[in-house]
Amino acid sequence: MLAGFMKQGDTALNARLYRALYRIRRVEEEIARVYPTDKIKSPVHLSIGQEGVAVGACEALEPHDVVFGSYRGHAMYLAKGGDLRRMIAELYGKVDGCARGKGGSMHLVDVARGVMGTSAVVATTIPNAVGYAYAIKLRRERRVVVSFLGDGATEEGVFHESLNFAALKKLPILFVCENNRYAIHTHQRQRQATEDICGRVRTHGMPTERIEQNDVLALHGAARRFVGAMREGAGPAFIECMTYRWLEHVGPGEDFALGFREREEASSWKAGDPVKALGDKMDPATRAQIDREVEAEIAAAVDFAESSAFPSVEELHRHVYR
Amino acid sequence: MSTDRALSFVDAIREATDQEMARDERVLLFGLDVDDPKAILGTTKGLVERYGRERVFGTPLSEDAMTGAAVGMALAGLRPIHVHIRMDFVMLAMNQLVNMAAKTHYMFGGQESCPLVVRSIIGKSWGQGAQHSQGLYSFFMHVPGLKVVAPSTPYDAKGCLAAAVRDENPVMFVEHRILYYQRGPVPEASYEVKPGKARVAIPGSDVTIVGISYMQVEALRAQRYLEAVGVSAEVIDPIWLAPLDVDTIAASAAKTGRLLVVDNGWSTCGASAEILSAVYEKLQDSRLPKARRMAFAPTPCPTTPSLEKLFYPNARTIAAAAYDLVKGGPRGWLPEERADLKDIEFKGPL
Repeated sequence: MLAGFMKQGDTALNARLYRALYRIRRVEEEIARVYPTDKIKSPVHLSIGQEGVAVGACEALEPHDVVFGSYRGHAMYLAKGGDLRRMIAELYGKVDGCARGKGGSMHLVDVARGVMGTSAVVATTIPNAVGYAYAIKLRRERRVVVSFLGDGATEEGVFHESLNFAALKKLPILFVCENNRYAIHTHQRQRQATEDICGRVRTHGMPTERIEQNDVLALHGAARRFVGAMREGAGPAFIECMTYRWLEHVGPGEDFALGFREREEASSWKAGDPVKALGDKMDPATRAQIDREVEAEIAAAVDFAESSAFPSVEELHRHVYR
Repeated sequence: MSTDRALSFVDAIREATDQEMARDERVLLFGLDVDDPKAILGTTKGLVERYGRERVFGTPLSEDAMTGAAVGMALAGLRPIHVHIRMDFVMLAMNQLVNMAAKTHYMFGGQESCPLVVRSIIGKSWGQGAQHSQGLYSFFMHVPGLKVVAPSTPYDAKGCLAAAVRDENPVMFVEHRILYYQRGPVPEASYEVKPGKARVAIPGSDVTIVGISYMQVEALRAQRYLEAVGVSAEVIDPIWLAPLDVDTIAASAAKTGRLLVVDNGWSTCGASAEILSAVYEKLQDSRLPKARRMAFAPTPCPTTPSLEKLFYPNARTIAAAAYDLVKGGPRGWLPEERADLKDIEFKGPL
């Protein structure tokens, strides 16, 4: 998996990717650790195992670019630069949360950093991302939009409606499909007559690329190419990233005991874990330094959330209308 | 604002759109067929030529995605107007309206809002049938975060559309096709008819009749039938259904002691149910008015004229119901149809 990277020899990129991956992994692990204490007042859909998709794609973006995603959105929020302290506070239901405690884990948002929101209803933000891209094109800006979606979302009608409109209007939008094979507990082959998602997408008139085995560097390369072309006026593109969800659909534990998938299936994905693989290739001192900084940042974010207040009673009725 | 200039409902909508697009380059107009030769019954005529195909465009037949795109455009700082030639088609976009547009501001802690206008048209008569005739605005009244307006006059159509476009929140703008034939005074200069204020269209003392959307026209005709038999009806147009001006309706009902709400939809969980319960909650410490609702028959809308005419309330049945409220009990009075108060029917062909 790392052959491309080693040839490239880009230690700065490696360090950035490692930091982003390790940071998300450790945030998710910390959430899983705290979860049983009931301090987190929101269902969590953890990104452990899938961090590379958000990291590889967002590393190709500029701060003024924007992303839209799904309820499994912690990785996207953090990879795009969303404020970690406000994310943890949001999970704790505190007023300093990114949505003032009124959105929770499934509705993370940080508009200043280009995180435009996530939705609990599958595929819902796909057309929102397309509309945003229309505005960018109308205003002749050089920004781009990334729409993160799951393999299940490709079965929704609005997915195809959105691809058609994006291609019709040649909008600057990159669709990134995180294919972890499972819609909750149901495998892709039980849901789709053919598994060729990219083939279906190409009929809408946009280029596609499929990234195998959670390959962060290959994804990053493809995202850079597509995004670069979009800034010069090329239309939309689609990347399917094969990845794997290590934990249960919602919550902090594993779900192998349910019997819908074998622990064995996870082993190859865990063996190729990009967090470990990229970390092992790093200079140990640099890695230790990154790890220390990440741990300190997470500890500070948890402290921030713990010490923040719950919203006051008048917050119930605030923000219904502007 | 007084004026001698008379405009049709169609031209009032077209003029409001034109003025808002000229005033604010963030305003966009799109939907199925907004740019075709028929131009949504004339309401979007000439706007492509004036503002170009990037700001005015017909869309693929993708109501769900285009509503979602409208939300995304609003998040990006634009002010989209999305047009549906049938309100029935809006059902394809419920997820985006209910789960996203209505909740954007709240769910994202005030970081964003969703200034979006959804225009949709209710059909009636000449066999439009079950899926071309529904007044489904009560669905949207139910959801916090959405505003709903159903103007009945050309004046309100223009002023409410301007107010809707300038509003920071998603607004469902409901038009009734039969109202398109109405003409009335409309000032040329831009103005707003702001959310949350009903209008007493005709003052009266014996009974309050609230008519929603097209039923306002029928209520005004009913007032004339009642006047001829010495019953004084006060007719109120709520104009905005969310936020609803309960105060104006409750004050009138308290004065007349009788309240008849006539809806252009079904009664169960409908706008008439909401108006009645809101009025009763407001008046519960005083003498409660006698009350009644009239609405669509509790059936899908049939196409054959012999059944369709039974499906809708009309001026004569409204007058009869108001008469019974005033006189007490069923009196069996139904006015003879007057030529000057006949229903305007859409004759077709489409």
